[in-house]
Amino acid sequence: MYGNDFSQPEEAPTGALLDQVEAAEAELRDAAARARAGASGTAGAAPEEYFDSVIAADQKIEPRDWMPERYRRTLVRQIAQHAHSEIIGMQPEGNWITRAPSLKRKAILLAKVQDEAGHGLYLYAAAETLGVDRDELVDLLLSGRQKYSSIFNYPTLSWADVGAIGWLVDGAAIVNQVPLCRCSYGPYARAMIRVCKEESFHQRQGYEILHTLAHGTPEQRTMAQDAVDRWWYPSLAMFGPPDTDSTHSAQSMEWKIKRFSNDDLRQRFVDMCVQQAEVLGLRIPDPALRWNAERQAYDYTQPDYDELMRVISGDGPCNRQRMDHRRRAHAEGAWVREAAVVHAAKRAERAEQAAARKDPVAA
Amino acid sequence: MATNPATAGGRPSVDPAATNPATGGTNAAAGGGRPSVDYLLGLGDDALVMAQRLAEWAARAPEMEEDIALSNIALDQLGAARLLLSYAAEIEGAGRDEDALAFLRGDREFRNCLLVELPNGDFGHTMAKLLFLSAYQLPLYAALSNCPDARLAAIGAKARKESAYHLDHSRTWTVRLGDGTVESHRRMQAAVDAVWPYAAELFAADPAAPVDPATLRAEFDATVAAVLAEATLTRPDSGWVPTGGRQGVHTEHLSYLLAEMQVVHRAHPGARW
Repeated sequence: MYGNDFSQPEEAPTGALLDQVEAAEAELRDAAARARAGASGTAGAAPEEYFDSVIAADQKIEPRDWMPERYRRTLVRQIAQHAHSEIIGMQPEGNWITRAPSLKRKAILLAKVQDEAGHGLYLYAAAETLGVDRDELVDLLLSGRQKYSSIFNYPTLSWADVGAIGWLVDGAAIVNQVPLCRCSYGPYARAMIRVCKEESFHQRQGYEILHTLAHGTPEQRTMAQDAVDRWWYPSLAMFGPPDTDSTHSAQSMEWKIKRFSNDDLRQRFVDMCVQQAEVLGLRIPDPALRWNAERQAYDYTQPDYDELMRVISGDGPCNRQRMDHRRRAHAEGAWVREAAVVHAAKRAERAEQAAARKDPVAA
Repeated sequence: MATNPATAGGRPSVDPAATNPATGGTNAAAGGGRPSVDYLLGLGDDALVMAQRLAEWAARAPEMEEDIALSNIALDQLGAARLLLSYAAEIEGAGRDEDALAFLRGDREFRNCLLVELPNGDFGHTMAKLLFLSAYQLPLYAALSNCPDARLAAIGAKARKESAYHLDHSRTWTVRLGDGTVESHRRMQAAVDAVWPYAAELFAADPAAPVDPATLRAEFDATVAAVLAEATLTRPDSGWVPTGGRQGVHTEHLSYLLAEMQVVHRAHPGARW
């Protein structure tokens, strides 16, 4: 994209995480190169044993392999909700594309929202390897039977929110997703590697926006702090309920879909953000935030999990708006999708007739 | 200072003192082959305003693939706009940059054609606008890629490749919708009818321009006629030819578009972003 210079600041706050993504990618190649203990469906071998041995050996389950029905269902749910989050997540940021304050920022934001649509597509494709189709999953989203990330139910109220979403929301997403690059289901792990690389780029861009604002005019600085104040706790809540209340965790960890608990990942995120906030010159809105030498980690105030539950169940600030928007786009586009299908059928029919005219005997 | 994308990436730089008037043979503007500021603003504003309209589709397209395609085209238009506006600012030499030109001019100072500022309407309207714009931009940028001004020629050479993609995309959809269902045919014909009169302005003669727009008309007509025929659509027979964009006399839509585009930038005078 000439004319749109997406250069990066020197600091790379997610550099270490990006190294982990690359390590996961190398492991994935190694695992593929290693000879498998036995091929799927090998006569005599019980499929359950094969499945368990693959998981135990940190190899990948692939679409044609046998898998427990609950493993399949868990993955469909998780990957689909991840895909829905990418699609709904286009809205809060898309809200600022037309108002971005410089042409360079406008270009970067447009490219980012475009990347999110791309992530949605990869993830729906990964879910489709499990035997569902995208239209079915989109229906589940539109009818409210499947969820998307709670974070996208918060409004973007200033330009600085675009920076805060990049820094905090994409930062939390990366911390959550980097371990998924090692997830036991091959197509999901591969999608995550690709997604994490782009997310880390977005996180740096968000950080750069906030850095510029925090070092700008007093009004810009106030705008940046206000955005961080509003996005901090919703970002912490992105890791889900505390371990004591998390329903899917134990089984997902056993299957190596999930590799760390919600609270472990949340802690990792807090520790990462504290240093970055210092460089930004912005304050994390938690008076209880302090270094704990014994734990070698920061103590922090937990997000309000009652609020998280209200948002997940549909009563956040923008749930209705986000769903209305998605449903409207889908409904208003129906005539276009239908035209594409009918046109493709007409072309196929014409091609068939043309072939029949050329070769009347075979027809 | 905002970074200047036009000077990055090894593009030939143009030193005003080194410009040789003798190279400005074909239709060159006065001043030794350099395009006028107004001419560059016309091209740059077309691309900028089109990018702004296409960006309004983000998260609204009929399908995910189309969300990606529309953002992609918007990014191409925005990239071309940045190069053209940066060049206009340099030739103007008044200390402005791409952002000053985009965010601090009023609607009477914008030089874009009326076509690009029309509201998106339904998907068919957007495709009709994109079809007419890209059927004009492709021969325009192709011709500019051979113009004597090296900088403008380089911009033209890059933008023509993108325009070819935009034309292909809008052609495909015009045909799908025109030759799709009864409903999509009706909507696509309505879109072509509504947008068609605005195409005329693109070809107003300007013999002083590096490429006289009037010379692009024949190729545009041939392209559009072929697409409409394949799409089973008819070209309207309209005598109405609204104009004024190149002189800064716009439709009522532009002022709203600019109010939205410029609101944050104008609220913080002198700030960096």
